[in-house]
Amino acid sequence: MTDHIDSAKCVDHIAAFIGLPLDPEHRPGVVTNFERIQAIAQLVMEFPLPDTIKAAPVFEP
Amino acid sequence: MNQSYPDATQIAETIRGQAVSARSVVAASLARIAEQDQTYNCFTTVLADSALTDADRIDQAIAAGEDPGALAGVPFAVKDLFDIQGVTTLAGSKIEAEQPPASKDAVLVTRLKQAGAVLVGALNMDEYAYGFTTENAHYGASHNPHDGSRITGGSSGGSAAAIAAGLVPITLGSDTNGSIRVPSALCGIFGLKPTYGRLSRSGAYLFSSSLDHLGAFARSTRDIATVFDVLQGSDPTDPVCTQRPPQLCAPELHRGSEGLRIAIAGGYFAEGAEPEVFEAVEQVAKALNVSQKVIIPEAHRARAAAFVITSCEGANLHFADLKTRPQDFDPATRDRFLAGCLVPGHWYVQAQRFRSWYRDRVREIFQHVDIILAPTTPCSAPLIGQEQMTLNGVNVLTRPNLGMFTQPLSFIGLPIISVPIQRSGQLPLGVQIIAAPYNEALVLRVASELETRGIVSAPVPR
Repeated sequence: MTDHIDSAKCVDHIAAFIGLPLDPEHRPGVVTNFERIQAIAQLVMEFPLPDTIKAAPVFEP
Repeated sequence: MNQSYPDATQIAETIRGQAVSARSVVAASLARIAEQDQTYNCFTTVLADSALTDADRIDQAIAAGEDPGALAGVPFAVKDLFDIQGVTTLAGSKIEAEQPPASKDAVLVTRLKQAGAVLVGALNMDEYAYGFTTENAHYGASHNPHDGSRITGGSSGGSAAAIAAGLVPITLGSDTNGSIRVPSALCGIFGLKPTYGRLSRSGAYLFSSSLDHLGAFARSTRDIATVFDVLQGSDPTDPVCTQRPPQLCAPELHRGSEGLRIAIAGGYFAEGAEPEVFEAVEQVAKALNVSQKVIIPEAHRARAAAFVITSCEGANLHFADLKTRPQDFDPATRDRFLAGCLVPGHWYVQAQRFRSWYRDRVREIFQHVDIILAPTTPCSAPLIGQEQMTLNGVNVLTRPNLGMFTQPLSFIGLPIISVPIQRSGQLPLGVQIIAAPYNEALVLRVASELETRGIVSAPVPR
């Protein structure tokens, strides 16, 4: 898990990369929430899934 | 059923029998809204003129010997993310107020109207359905009819409070991670989240399509069953909507829990919350003579995966506005939406794949049980503005944690009714009655038995 400073840099870089301006007033809240998602996503990412498990999208061509 | 606040079934019977007119019932509902909604702040739009016109049409049909439907003259209202012809769908936002009025009703609104129900308005919610509290920065917080200083829960808070306050007997809402069940529990009413894909979502403003469900609120199980039966049916305009034929639930209610294998959810669903919520589950379990426990594996990870999917899909939906006008979002949703824009695709796809794995595990459990019981919320209604709460001695954020017991279950689309436990001198709580996909009839049968025996009820608080 990265620390707070890395998360803030990460937020700035990804936001710039996808063309999402971040108001300085909003940025601390975004960093806090990104850290929260990151910690939660860790629970998903650390769980080993068999290659045979696929997502189940609904798409009818 | 309290005669002062008859349920929809009773209202429809008296109107069809011409003991009262639809106009008088709808006018009384509009009068209650006019008198009391300043207190509860449930409604964002009230449709007085069109409601009275529609009621007159019902009365004329009855006078002509026609059958206006199972919900003849019953007033209803919908969460302000259902399209209503001629009204702008706000979805709890300031941004959508700039959109033109909807050109037609959402499919579920149409189906209720075809059954004779009369639409009286649209209901308050968390902005874009992203929340569990209905503390909306643009349209104000809705107030819990059991204690006006407390939240209704959300995001369908207006839908739940309008029922609990007796303003209307039927409302519709949406549930992505718990947004029907959480406010049902905190407001002490019945709320049904059907199987994912069971009801058409056409004409509803979605939040996270992979997880979005629509459903109903009421003060009796027979009303929930009747409304659900009216709403069922395939819809080619919603690709998620099932093509299975409707399975009517109202005729099944009398069968109760007989022959059903029922168990209590242990593990994740039996820890990390206030003791009173487990007492509520125990009260229901005892009434059903149930002691068997089942463990739903990796429920905490299911909640996490639902969180990731919601963050990513919600943010993607609003990306254009987040880039150009973030200041117009509710501060309570804005930073979460912005952060959701940054979620790597790898996390999202892994969460979707985990969903398949987890669904398979829960399917295995339903080979051995028919019904699972679990708490709906980890506590009773927090105060409006309360950012943190204490659960079992641990201080946690209020907003994300109200859905800790609902989120892992809607994640795989199970049909669930939250049934209300009333506690003398205390705030109500909810218990989730959960079944395998497409078994809405089973959860309603169990709820109906509990209601008949007086274990669960939804009286309007005095």
